[in-house]
Amino acid sequence: MSAKKKLKTSAMIASIAGEDQPTTAAPFGHALVEAAAKNPKIVGMTADLGKYTDLHIFAQACPDRYYQMGMAEQLLMMAGAGMAREGFIPFVTTYSVFASRRAYDFICLAIAEEKLNVKIVSALPGLTTGYGPSHQATEDIAIFRGMPNLTIIDPCDAVDIEQSVQAMIDFDGPVYLRLLRGKVPRVLDRFEGYKFEIGKAKRLLDGEDALIISSGLMTMRAIEAADELKEKGTNVGVLHCATIKPLDTGAILEEVRRYPERPVFVAENHSVIGGLGESIASLLMKEGVHVKFNQIGLPDEFLDAGALPTLHDRYGISTKEVIKTLKQHVA
Amino acid sequence: MSQTATVSRAGVIEALRQRAYKIRRHALRMGEVQGQGYVGQALGIADVLAVSYFHALKLDPKNPDWEGRDRFLLSIGHYAIALYAALIEAGVISEEEIEDYGSDDSILPMSGMANYTPGMEITGGSLGHGLGIGVGMALGLKRKESASRIFNLLSDGELNEGSTWEAVASAAHWKLDNLIAIVDVNDQQADDKSSTVLNYEPIADKWIAFGWETYRVDGNDLEALVEAFDSALASDSNKPRVIICDTLMGRGVPFLEERDKNHFIRVDENEWSVALKQLDEVYGVQ
Repeated sequence: MSAKKKLKTSAMIASIAGEDQPTTAAPFGHALVEAAAKNPKIVGMTADLGKYTDLHIFAQACPDRYYQMGMAEQLLMMAGAGMAREGFIPFVTTYSVFASRRAYDFICLAIAEEKLNVKIVSALPGLTTGYGPSHQATEDIAIFRGMPNLTIIDPCDAVDIEQSVQAMIDFDGPVYLRLLRGKVPRVLDRFEGYKFEIGKAKRLLDGEDALIISSGLMTMRAIEAADELKEKGTNVGVLHCATIKPLDTGAILEEVRRYPERPVFVAENHSVIGGLGESIASLLMKEGVHVKFNQIGLPDEFLDAGALPTLHDRYGISTKEVIKTLKQHVA
Repeated sequence: MSQTATVSRAGVIEALRQRAYKIRRHALRMGEVQGQGYVGQALGIADVLAVSYFHALKLDPKNPDWEGRDRFLLSIGHYAIALYAALIEAGVISEEEIEDYGSDDSILPMSGMANYTPGMEITGGSLGHGLGIGVGMALGLKRKESASRIFNLLSDGELNEGSTWEAVASAAHWKLDNLIAIVDVNDQQADDKSSTVLNYEPIADKWIAFGWETYRVDGNDLEALVEAFDSALASDSNKPRVIICDTLMGRGVPFLEERDKNHFIRVDENEWSVALKQLDEVYGVQ
């Protein structure tokens, strides 16, 4: 037996929050309740994952606007399309693996092809569970990026999630949002004036030594890495790209060109195939922008089961590993 | 499209018979334009569409998006030729559009899509979508306290799709008495007879077991169809309704009725005029 105590796989609600990190409980559920009080068109629908996508908060507050559709993701998307056809704004929730792998055709034809106003909110994006490939949606962005009309949002934290709920309501069209659930870290409110906007990338930190362009929880890791490196005299810029599609090409090109010698790292909680990294690589190549380019993301593999901190270290997306990668490439 | 009480039953049936004839004729003319088309299905389903559009549905042909309308969802996109024929006969689409059927930039594409055609409620064609969309719309109508109803025409082949059964279970669970499924059982799908490809008989028993008010009729018998639709719509049950319609592909054109059945019935170039002539003869039109 190993002398070292092994970390255990968390129960289903595994938090990505670090110890002593400020968090907000179920930001999506609470934001939706608040929005629903002002907008009678909002309804919530789920495929037997209300409790696990924070939609139970909405169910408790608005029981007559909550639709439990059963463990049937294809039906969930079809019924969401039907609700939208009748003028409602359905927020449909499931896990990212089921939305992307199981319900694709229904999102594509019943929702996206007709630009219906369905908001698909899915938990456990990328590597946010230790349950192994059945639950780890490491390729959901790759799957959805090719779907016309679909907006893809990868929020960083509770601030992003709270603001994105209203932004999705104000936006007329289908959206796929990668949800962080349970106790969700709050990190973006330290940036004065920060505002989530669909289709906009936001510069959070300026730094001439390296640039991280990131989405989702990797923006939190990027900020942590930048903070730590700054103490050692390395200045790392962070551009938070919470909308994966449509990509804010203007902001990305402007940021990359500000310091042409600066190495660029794209960090995402997703496979290195088909996600934000390849989107940006393609953009830079098309625009003739030549930079030192690196990806920080999940390998093209079915990932292991285990404890999230172990897995984030193993696959290079923990703050410690991000710093290690940056140091390898930054003078 | 409502019938007044003074119109006799025989008069109602005769009027529907004329509508079914015209629907078949419009469909054959579209087939002739392209030299191909799913005319076997169109001829088979024409009586069901006649009863739907000229007996059952609340519609305003001049305002196909009227909020108070009944919604008719065609999940079998390849039956578009049949629905276009019904929509032309109902006055939703101009008869002139027949000449452009299936051509570039036509409002009548080969597979039915919501964004192309007035009166086409959903984009069909990826089978197994229509009934689930219908569930969502029926829930939405109930939220709005609307008296409108959802009709969904699906096929026996579509029963192969698991998503259809997710919707069947859900509609009964939510007691969607404003949802009427119509299943065209022509026993034909892409590769072979439906009963050979994946047998779903006894079809009615399955819907009954799922909790639907279930009717099974000869889908080419107008009297039987009217009776089934009337009963389904008048019922005060809180169950969703299904009308399972056994139809004959090619119905109304004897040489097509007799031709080897196929998903895509072959009609040679010189046969379209023969088909129209035979149809006229069957209906006693000179």
